[in-house]
Amino acid sequence: MTVLPRNSTAKPAPSSPGVLERVHEWVVTIDHKRLGIMYISAGILFFLVGGIEAGVIRYQLAYAANPTIDPVTFNQMFTMHGTTMVFLVGMPVLLGFGNYLTPLMIGTRDMAFPRLNAWGFWVFLFGGLLLYYSFIGSSGLYGAPGAPDVGWFAYSPLTTRAFNRGNNVDYWTLGILVSGFGSMATGINLVVTILCLRCKGMKLMRMPIMVWSMLVTGFLVMIALPVLTAAQVMLLFDRFFGAHFFDPQLEGSVLLWQHLFWFFGHPEVYILIIPAFGFISEIVPVFSRKVIFGYTMMVVALVWIAFQSMGVWAHHMFAVGLPPSLNAFFAASTFLIAVPTGIKIFNWIGTIWGGRIIYKTPMLFALGFISMFVIGGLTGIMLATVPFTWDVSDSYFVVGHFHYVLFGGTLFSIFGAVYYWFPKMSGKMLSERLGKLHFWVLFIGFNLTFAPMHVSGMLGMPRRIYTYAPDRGLDIWNLLSSIGYGVQFIAILIFVWNILYSLRKGEDAGDDPWDAWTLEWATTSPPKAWNFNPLPVVKSRRPLWDAKHPEDPDHEYE
Amino acid sequence: MTEATAYRPARPNLVSDEPQNLSRGKVGISCLIITESFFFVCFIVAYLYYIVILQVEDGGPDPAVLFRADIMVYIASVTLLSSSVTVVLASRALARGAHDKFRSWLAITILLGGFFLFATILEWMHLIGDLGMWMNTSSLGSCFFSLVGFHALHVVVGLSALSLCLLISFRGRLPEQQAERFEVLSWYWHFVDVIWLFVFTTVYILRVYT
Repeated sequence: MTVLPRNSTAKPAPSSPGVLERVHEWVVTIDHKRLGIMYISAGILFFLVGGIEAGVIRYQLAYAANPTIDPVTFNQMFTMHGTTMVFLVGMPVLLGFGNYLTPLMIGTRDMAFPRLNAWGFWVFLFGGLLLYYSFIGSSGLYGAPGAPDVGWFAYSPLTTRAFNRGNNVDYWTLGILVSGFGSMATGINLVVTILCLRCKGMKLMRMPIMVWSMLVTGFLVMIALPVLTAAQVMLLFDRFFGAHFFDPQLEGSVLLWQHLFWFFGHPEVYILIIPAFGFISEIVPVFSRKVIFGYTMMVVALVWIAFQSMGVWAHHMFAVGLPPSLNAFFAASTFLIAVPTGIKIFNWIGTIWGGRIIYKTPMLFALGFISMFVIGGLTGIMLATVPFTWDVSDSYFVVGHFHYVLFGGTLFSIFGAVYYWFPKMSGKMLSERLGKLHFWVLFIGFNLTFAPMHVSGMLGMPRRIYTYAPDRGLDIWNLLSSIGYGVQFIAILIFVWNILYSLRKGEDAGDDPWDAWTLEWATTSPPKAWNFNPLPVVKSRRPLWDAKHPEDPDHEYE
Repeated sequence: MTEATAYRPARPNLVSDEPQNLSRGKVGISCLIITESFFFVCFIVAYLYYIVILQVEDGGPDPAVLFRADIMVYIASVTLLSSSVTVVLASRALARGAHDKFRSWLAITILLGGFFLFATILEWMHLIGDLGMWMNTSSLGSCFFSLVGFHALHVVVGLSALSLCLLISFRGRLPEQQAERFEVLSWYWHFVDVIWLFVFTTVYILRVYT
């Protein structure tokens, strides 16, 4: 925690507190800003670990018949990579930004339930640590310690006692179950904060899109996570009490697990992308010097996506042999969800159109997000086509697709958000030179890694396989992906260096370095304890524009 | 300026202008209820899927055994549902400041809920002790004990919270400001009751009579 900014605290700087005292302050804090920073920091640490696991995968697949990694370890690596990136990186970082920004953006002093907020963070963190303890503490396939090795969606019957005699699956179940409680607490907290604590004049339709995205995400968390919890509880009952839910040898149904998991799983991917939409909707207008285009439709599209995300889950199950009518329904609903997503893309382009674009690092990541996310969205529509999925299901084409969405989408937006809000959180600017370098190296490395996966997938490379034969034409595509990983690794090192360097030697940010319009920039950087005193009163969607341009305020036009 | 606690900075002369649009407690408990509902829906879906639709027969007692607990279950259900009424009466009494009435209605609520729990225990003793049923004996066992068990767990949580209120009110008057908090708790108790309607329909009506 020593990397974290010190003066974001609330206390009127007591005379040189010792390290222990400072750590203690962070451990016992219930301040939403500190908790937000801790969420994001913990998420970034897990991101580095998950990235190293990806490195093991890419190293093993760099050339055909590579003897380095044995299949058991390989299974553990992709399981832990997926689980980590979804549950311990994506959700905490996004919810961390939500935690930090929501009270500032709606003009209030803290979350609705500050203690619950702290509880949520610590439960998430220890859930993650419990999962990682499996590396040394569990008994895996051959009795030796080993991480879970059943894939991040842990299909039955791999998780049944017959095929998993150790207890590493239980580490997966309990770790994610526990951190899921934290996510649900945070989701509820966000919703209540946004519904109950908006400052005077902050009507729902005046909230920044970022706050809307957090409201929608909060609802999705409330609806999706308990389904995963229930499924995991059933799995625990199966494994510990001998219940008959998912074990096909006991008349259990492997399909029920898949339905429950994906009823959680598909809203989950929207939980991972909707906050990203929120970040982009804040960054794009500020760096185009225009108001967001089609605010109302942006909100409608968010809510529409959230509702519909609960009716598309079986497109993950096209290959299991559902009745054609079900396949047709879920294909149609999946096509349809591209419509609100398309609305958002066009509105961002409409915002950029004719604007005075400022190519700072956050904007570069936003533009990278829009372009890469469109590619991922288009392959998503291809995969919504049932016969096509029958061909490429569980191949590297799918891996390429969802990395374009979750890496090119979510992660790019997270980096954009870090560059955009880091000055607010720490009072220091991140280095623009390193930031641009980070973006371009990452952009190239990202495409080098994941674009070839589409080709190797269509050539027949299955996902989750620890090696492949040399004469299938797969070598070059896998090698390219592995080289791309190396390039991305360098980019991430630049990012980490940028954070560490800028915390010590970065330029002072000032309160409003981007000349932005939302309320968080009305506070000091970092914001004082309790954010505002007195609370602000807003009259339009861009309160700071009104303050800076009293002769031409927004509220005359809205 | 108030003394700073370890975990929370002092509030230096903050203007008390926090908005009072909606009650945090009520919105929060509504969110919790939505979350919990989806949790229960999964177990109901599992029950419907295995027991009502597939009618899996994998040994163990027939669903008709649940029928034999019939009368007791009906009485217990009525008891639990009527406790929803008494908790409202308690809540209103507290809001009026009628403390004695509050205490009596609250005590009755706890007794009614306690009777329901007692009936569940009797039923489980019959099923586990006499018939040798448990989660591992059959799909029916898995679905029944997890669904009804989680409901019972929620009854226990609700009863504990209500008993805590009773305990506090015996030690001294609950201040009127607590009326809203008690109302929030009563919403949770309503949720426990309403969920029982769905559980009851699924377990004791749909399968037993199909």
